[in-house]
Amino acid sequence: MIPFDFDYYRPDSISEAVQIYETLAKQSKKVLFYSGGTEFITFSRINQLYADAVIDLKGIPECNTLEMQGEQIVIGAAVSLNKITESNLFPLLGQTIKKIADHTSRNKITIGGNLHSRLIYRESVLPLLVAEAEVRLAGSEGETTVQLEEIFNQQLSTSPGQFLVQIIVPKTYTDSPFASFKKTKMSKVGYPIVSIAAILKNKQIRAALSGVCEYPFRSVEIEAALNDSSLSIEEKIEKAVTLLPSQIIDDIQASSDYREFVLKNTLHETMEALGAAHG
Amino acid sequence: MITNGTSKTVVKLHVNGETRDVMIRSADTLLQTLREQLGLTAAKRACQNGDCGACTVLVNGEPTHSCLSLSIESVDQHITTIEGFNNSFIQQEFVDKWAIQCGFCTPGFILNCYALANKHPNADDATIEEWMQSNLCRCTGYQEIKEAVKSVLQKHAGGSVS
Amino acid sequence: MLDNPWMSVGKPEPRIDAVEKAAGTVRYTADYTAPGLLHAKLATSTKAHAKIKSIDVTEAWKIPGVRAIVTGKMFPFHIGPILADRPPLAFEKVRYFGEPLAIVVADHEYQAKQAAGLIKVEYEPLPVVNSVREAFQSNAPLIHENSGQYIKIISNVYPVQGTNIGSHIKIRKGDIITAWENCDYKVKETYSFNLSDHVALEPRCTLVEINPAGKVVVHSTTQSPFTIKKVLNQFFNIEVGNIIVHVPLIGGAFGGKGTVQLEPLAYLASKAVGGKMVKLEYDREEDLITAPGHIGLEATIALGTNKSGKLLAAQYTYLIDSGAYTDQAAGITRAMALDCTGPYDIANVWCDSYCMYTNHPYATSFRGYAHPELTFAVERTMDQLAKRLNFDPVELRKINAIKPGNSSPTRTMLNANNIGDVVQCIDRAKELIGWDENSLRKKTTDGKVRTKGISTFWKTSTTATNAQSGAILKFEADGSVNLNCAAIELGQGTKTILAQMVAERLKMDINKVHVTMEVNTQTDPHQWRTVASSTTFLAGRAVMNAADDAISQLKRTAATALQCSMEDLEVGGGRVYLKSSPEYGVKIEDIALGYKYPNGHAVEGQVVGHGRYIQRHLTPMDKDTGFGKPGPWWSVGTQAVEVEWDPKDCTYTILKAVTVLDGGKIINPMTAVQQMRGGMYLGLSFASQEAFLFDSHGTVLNPQLRTYQIMRFGEQPADYIVDFIQTPAADGPYGARGIGEYGVIGMAGALANALSRAAEVELNHLPLIPERIWKTRKEMQK
Repeated sequence: MIPFDFDYYRPDSISEAVQIYETLAKQSKKVLFYSGGTEFITFSRINQLYADAVIDLKGIPECNTLEMQGEQIVIGAAVSLNKITESNLFPLLGQTIKKIADHTSRNKITIGGNLHSRLIYRESVLPLLVAEAEVRLAGSEGETTVQLEEIFNQQLSTSPGQFLVQIIVPKTYTDSPFASFKKTKMSKVGYPIVSIAAILKNKQIRAALSGVCEYPFRSVEIEAALNDSSLSIEEKIEKAVTLLPSQIIDDIQASSDYREFVLKNTLHETMEALGAAHG
Repeated sequence: MITNGTSKTVVKLHVNGETRDVMIRSADTLLQTLREQLGLTAAKRACQNGDCGACTVLVNGEPTHSCLSLSIESVDQHITTIEGFNNSFIQQEFVDKWAIQCGFCTPGFILNCYALANKHPNADDATIEEWMQSNLCRCTGYQEIKEAVKSVLQKHAGGSVS
Repeated sequence: MLDNPWMSVGKPEPRIDAVEKAAGTVRYTADYTAPGLLHAKLATSTKAHAKIKSIDVTEAWKIPGVRAIVTGKMFPFHIGPILADRPPLAFEKVRYFGEPLAIVVADHEYQAKQAAGLIKVEYEPLPVVNSVREAFQSNAPLIHENSGQYIKIISNVYPVQGTNIGSHIKIRKGDIITAWENCDYKVKETYSFNLSDHVALEPRCTLVEINPAGKVVVHSTTQSPFTIKKVLNQFFNIEVGNIIVHVPLIGGAFGGKGTVQLEPLAYLASKAVGGKMVKLEYDREEDLITAPGHIGLEATIALGTNKSGKLLAAQYTYLIDSGAYTDQAAGITRAMALDCTGPYDIANVWCDSYCMYTNHPYATSFRGYAHPELTFAVERTMDQLAKRLNFDPVELRKINAIKPGNSSPTRTMLNANNIGDVVQCIDRAKELIGWDENSLRKKTTDGKVRTKGISTFWKTSTTATNAQSGAILKFEADGSVNLNCAAIELGQGTKTILAQMVAERLKMDINKVHVTMEVNTQTDPHQWRTVASSTTFLAGRAVMNAADDAISQLKRTAATALQCSMEDLEVGGGRVYLKSSPEYGVKIEDIALGYKYPNGHAVEGQVVGHGRYIQRHLTPMDKDTGFGKPGPWWSVGTQAVEVEWDPKDCTYTILKAVTVLDGGKIINPMTAVQQMRGGMYLGLSFASQEAFLFDSHGTVLNPQLRTYQIMRFGEQPADYIVDFIQTPAADGPYGARGIGEYGVIGMAGALANALSRAAEVELNHLPLIPERIWKTRKEMQK
């Protein structure tokens, strides 16, 4: 139960959404873009989030796209995780997001919502980072398409009033061998203590991780270690773990020591899965 | 465009084949509206956080946590609650397989099972598990529920489940 | 009597509540509403231990729709089921994170919630007592400064003023000092786990109104409607007769709805708005931490045997984490002492069971009432002892199994009627799990390890010494019968069981037995509570007595109609007939409302049978030695699990779980299996993953179901195997003993034993998440 009241808008077009935002912003209202809304509800009900108004992007046709357009896969921000998995357009993405929350929730959680999540995991970004996806944004400055990694630094940073419309994945990445693992404290349904999405491209591993540090990341240094043919698999992993971008998390899901142990195991599994595909 | 201000507004919801007027705040969840305004109390308020599945209803045939949907989002959608079922064989399977104890989680499980049977009549164990993992039960230990779901899928064989 | 075609006891009769539950039409407490209903929401403590300097409600009052705000100053008294140590709303100080501080009453729940969030509390932090170990230190900060002055509601509770000991129960049996010296083999180990929760799917909810005539009407999610009356009478001075409690069906309880927390709060809220009906419905977060949960424990057990493995001496120290208040943890402390040994015959026993105050959410009864907890510690010790002796763990248990002729720790003499057959349970469980002492640890081809673990257990039903039940059978004009009994349907199937007993006794089609599903304390006879696996026994006996009473009334009316004496008659098949010529008789429907002669005159009137039953010969325990008779019988059992453990990452799956229970005669084999499986699952979920996690300030870090995880579909054992040994209890209804709690009791012990064998370390602390196993192995390697 959300204790506070807010205005709800579901615009039918990008321009309408932009207009509503501008009008509300002028009134100094706190406005949130909304697509699945699961996090908006769960945080608002425990007073950890507040908004004067929400703009629901589900009514915008572009935000509901899910198709192959030429050499690209285009995914609207308001498409549910289950629809993406079922479409099988990008199997690594489908498999990775299939591990988020539970099946029923994934009918409501959207990829846009997950990329913008206030939680530290945002696992849907992992396959997109390794596949060098682009994102299409809209805002008062107009629309722009940029490389995801340009605006994804720990989290998706958009300017005020700007919202995610679509994600564009080059088709060439979708048939690379891939691996996706999620490790939890205990139950399959739960936050990851390690989550990895990896592909093999031109015989090189590309990998992105979540759950290990305070934010999801793809690290070229770690990839270089994993691809260093002069090292044994154990040495690769040992080296990779020294190259993490920040400290390993220590929280109620797992201690940092245990996370490191699980991370090493998971890297091993990933290498094996991709190695088999490679060989 | 659909809008709803901070004051209460009357909207139409399509529930169990009927169109019903409800007066809602933007902040009202579908769970609240079903329970408090339409008297459809089989959707249970058990966590309000999408963690337990006791509030599961079908939105356009897809299992959905009604606690994680706003009522205003549900306008123009087709909502089904277990009250919309009438002695379906699926309900009887849950009875016959002893899948019910306190009954609090039962409507959620049955609706989820119904959606599964419609979408994946030949679901394998992994798919059954993936779907049913959305619902918590604290009484049964899941064995009987699993038997009921499997029996529903077996008997369903492509026909309508209701 | 020849074959009884109406035989119902022992048959898997379908549950009488299942069809409506499948339809979703059953109304639980929170499903009720009424025009003009007001809603209450709590403001709760954000500190685990602090003085309350001030509570400012100014901003809260500004929210539209707010009708009243109640704070602790308005009722500065202590209440409690055993020791009155808990203010319904904190005043002066708070003692746990989540403790109720104020109630806001408003037209709508969201308004109350909004206002509750605006109540400003100024605290002065006090040092936090964050574990039983800390609480037990002589210089520990005091959580209750004046515990010696609290009123004792029940005699067996002994708070120690100036300490954090809320109660201390002792067992002194035999001569422990001499016996210990004479032992050839000894083990001493310590075990622990944190507080956890029941997680009934239905959160607690209550509605209370005070009508203009002064009647207090309560609707609640409770296992104890008559205790609500008692509490409102004892602490709020309302006449018992003026309190009416309604209980619809309950969405799971597991002991968590046995105590009284919400009703006094809603009563205060209703009083603050002139008696209007107020609904207080907990959110899950409140249900987890504001409402009482499941105890934590630190246990130290020392066992000593002779060379042949016979237990000679045993010492037990139980430090029970009861959280901020004793509630039922004080009773659990007692139960933990009186069954401290598990089902083993030990001549010399010394037990100190302490109910410890900490700054954690408080604890109450949890399915098994001390037994899952003590059994985990006892059964782990038995396995470690077996290892020391180089004995098969099963054999060690059999050598020491308690049996008729032995005495319990409280020196109750055991006989063939009051205790089940432990050895038979062990043997059957051994067979069902496929116990082979030469291959208890097997490697699979993919590098995993398969092991088995076993656990035996017992439990008596520690009810009040005057615990009782009553039943009324009212006949309808069609010859069918209504059963009124205040046993509450929590999901355990009790209403079906009672209907079966009625059908069996009256030799009647069970479909003609209509059971009133809801409980109303004004129309139903008194019932102690629906807890402690006591309902089949107590209510069952009451129902049988009511049936006998009805039979005698039926015979009396029929004797007039048939012009014979009552002794000539028999009741069965919906008729009363002559024993000598069964074809000659009268239909019950023709005498259910009295017999009418052909000339119109009538005699007797409606058949209304009533029956009652009260516990016999139970006594409290002696303060210094524990001597006493705390319960009527012990059900016993053995459980086992098989796990597959992965040495690579310490994860595991539970392949198989077995329960063999001697619960006396089983009235309904299917509901009994449901109860066992459900209990096994609850025990395994608790043992494998459940615990509250606290930071150094005593804040609960996982107050939601996504962080406080319970076992989900697919994580349960692939195979649940349940069997019953049916040694009848002479005084039980049809020979039945209680079984409701028993499925849970041995699971933690069996799982920890199996995993300890798999991981080759002693896993003495719960929950058994892979990280704990990994860490224990790592520490061992140091």
